[in-house]
Amino acid sequence: MSQDKKTRQAPQTTGHVWDGDLQEYNNPVPDWWLIAFYISIAAAVGYWLVFPAWPIGGTYTKGFDTITYVNDKGVTKTTHWNTRALFLKKTNEAVAAQKPYYTKIANTPFEQIAKDPDLNSFVISAGKALFSDNCAPCHQQGGGGKMGLAPNLTDDDWLYGGHFTQIQQTITNGRHGYMPPFKTVLNDTQMTELADYVLSFSKVPVNPASAQAGNALFHSETAACYYCHGADAKGRTVIGSKNLTDNIWLWANVPAAQTVADKENVIKNVIYHGLDKGVMPAWKDRLSADQIKLLTVYEHDLGGGQ
Amino acid sequence: MDSNAVQPIQFYEKKAAIVTKSAKGKFRNFKSAVLAVAYAVYFGLPWLPWTRNDGLSQAVMFDVADRRFYIFDMVIYPQNVFWLALLLFIAATFLFFATALIGRAFCGYFCFQTLWTDFFIWIERLVQGERTARLRLQKQPWNAEKIARIGLTHVLWITFSFWTGVTFVLYFGYAPDLLHRFFLGNAASAAYVTVLGLTVSTYLAAGFMREQICAFVCPYGRFQSVMYDPSTLAVAYDARRGEGAAGRIPARGALKAREARLEQGHGDCIDCGLCVQVCPAGIDIREGLQYRCISCGLCIDACNGVMNSIGYPQGLIRYDSESNLAAPVPAKPHLDWKRLKVVGYLVALVIMTGLLVYNINHRTDFEVSVRQVRQPLFVFLSNGEIRNRYQIHLENETDHDVTYRISEKGLPSGALDLGSMRQVLVHGDRSVIVLANVAMPPAEAESYKTFSFVVQPVNDPHDRIVQTASFYNEKVR
Repeated sequence: MSQDKKTRQAPQTTGHVWDGDLQEYNNPVPDWWLIAFYISIAAAVGYWLVFPAWPIGGTYTKGFDTITYVNDKGVTKTTHWNTRALFLKKTNEAVAAQKPYYTKIANTPFEQIAKDPDLNSFVISAGKALFSDNCAPCHQQGGGGKMGLAPNLTDDDWLYGGHFTQIQQTITNGRHGYMPPFKTVLNDTQMTELADYVLSFSKVPVNPASAQAGNALFHSETAACYYCHGADAKGRTVIGSKNLTDNIWLWANVPAAQTVADKENVIKNVIYHGLDKGVMPAWKDRLSADQIKLLTVYEHDLGGGQ
Repeated sequence: MDSNAVQPIQFYEKKAAIVTKSAKGKFRNFKSAVLAVAYAVYFGLPWLPWTRNDGLSQAVMFDVADRRFYIFDMVIYPQNVFWLALLLFIAATFLFFATALIGRAFCGYFCFQTLWTDFFIWIERLVQGERTARLRLQKQPWNAEKIARIGLTHVLWITFSFWTGVTFVLYFGYAPDLLHRFFLGNAASAAYVTVLGLTVSTYLAAGFMREQICAFVCPYGRFQSVMYDPSTLAVAYDARRGEGAAGRIPARGALKAREARLEQGHGDCIDCGLCVQVCPAGIDIREGLQYRCISCGLCIDACNGVMNSIGYPQGLIRYDSESNLAAPVPAKPHLDWKRLKVVGYLVALVIMTGLLVYNINHRTDFEVSVRQVRQPLFVFLSNGEIRNRYQIHLENETDHDVTYRISEKGLPSGALDLGSMRQVLVHGDRSVIVLANVAMPPAEAESYKTFSFVVQPVNDPHDRIVQTASFYNEKVR
């Protein structure tokens, strides 16, 4: 111990000397660190034996561990452990956990689902995921829609109807809205008159005489707007023609236009060119009937339904 | 090996183990009583049966799997974690309060490190005998007797550590069933890991590290010294009386008589060393107050015993305050609580405890959170009205079905549309999401920027939760 005390301040060197005086301290890593290091090497060897590890030519060592899962064809398979099988296994477990709810939804009428707090809660949670994966690219996250692209699903204005069966039909088979161009049928003044008539519903201060002329033109055989938009201009859900009497716009961005002339122009633009872009794809090949039913209730919830 | 070789610096100095002598006296008795009560509670509580709605259970159970904590008739949920926070605040303040008054009483009598170390030393003494016998045993070469005694000690220590770990785990499940499954190997792996961890840590901390935990590991011991002030009662050696003018001296020959000692200027301390031998922290209290002292009072017991046997007055080592010891004429040691610090701690304690009790008494057994739908924040309807949407998360914390009524406060009538969910049935232990639509004309919306949802069980309308919500219109930007 006394020897220890005397030498305690003197550092140990490796004995290597460069340039006459440059020495190297000998500070070996602590034993506990070395032991942990050797243990981790041993553990690595253990991992090689248990899990897939070394590539050998076109194949690899498979390891002892196995995993059993059900593949997408419904066949139970056992294979060496791998993350893809683990993913499938976990996905299947999650699907199985949802199964009772989907079965119940499939066997329950729409109105009952909306009234059942438990089922409706499942619709809100699961529907959010389905909606985000499939619908949100066009209708936006949350269903707020996008001017000139996809209608807002959270308001009470439904192009093709907001009843459960109508929504189900829309999702299952898709929709294709069409309005013919009127550039060869109507002149600029007539289109202005029609635009003023449409804007007058939304209390935009247009020239009353012009709007009155537009009214006549709307119901005439020349423009024949009422064929599709209806005599009351409220649209027809059978063909998805827009309700022109409310202040909700999809193709003509009236709210963004500042002056009355600008508002007229965005509507005239639609009349001039017509519309052939209101296309919603059919989802029956991509989603199951149960999923479509769930999404129907979810979207009915979104807009408050009809 | 080259004798001139430089030795590497030693970072760890091996310490001689402290072998304590047992003491007899009122502090020892108090410590033993605390130990008995604490062990009875800790080891016994998991076995106290309790009847609940879902069958037989135990009085205190922390059901982690179901996220439910049962304490007698109270059920605590994870969202009540604030209670735990408040309880810890209260415990900390109580520690400050007690420390300001009587020093590290927690360390000396109630801390589990102290209790377990005390019990381990008791086992050691039971098997190996009193201090002198234990020291002799340590020095003697390894023979059958030493192997048997030391071995038995460690077997008992490990067994007791193991049972400590098992008991801890029993708080997390129905004890009889869990114990059965534990020994059959069917319990959750977390149970085995916990038992192993606690067995090892108890064995090491109470068997080997002991006072080093208090000195080097525990933060409370160290920061409690901040709470001390000159009026704090602490275990103290009365140096004036013990040393006198000429210092302490063993009571030999003529110096056995107190009068003779006083005449020669010697103090009352006969330097018997018992106060050092009984100290579990391995200190000499006569060197004054020090950070290793856990104020367990055993040196007081030892010294009083000696003073009795030689007919000197007791209290050479006693609970006393620094200021009183330094006073020209020391008064009888007393609890000095009329200090701003002590009263302040007490006021804080009372307020926090009141808050906790009030909170626990006024809790509801359901939870409501209202989340505004923010995508989109608001929407115009075809009739020109503005609509906001809300998701009301309603969680029933009871184990039976309850119907709740949802109503609004501060909204024009007819603005709130809950569909068919004005009254909603929530199954026991389940939660639901209810959608709420609120629609108002833009002009009206200006004067209803905030409102409240009121949720109350239909059967018990007094038990209600009010959540405020905002209504956004197009001027929100």
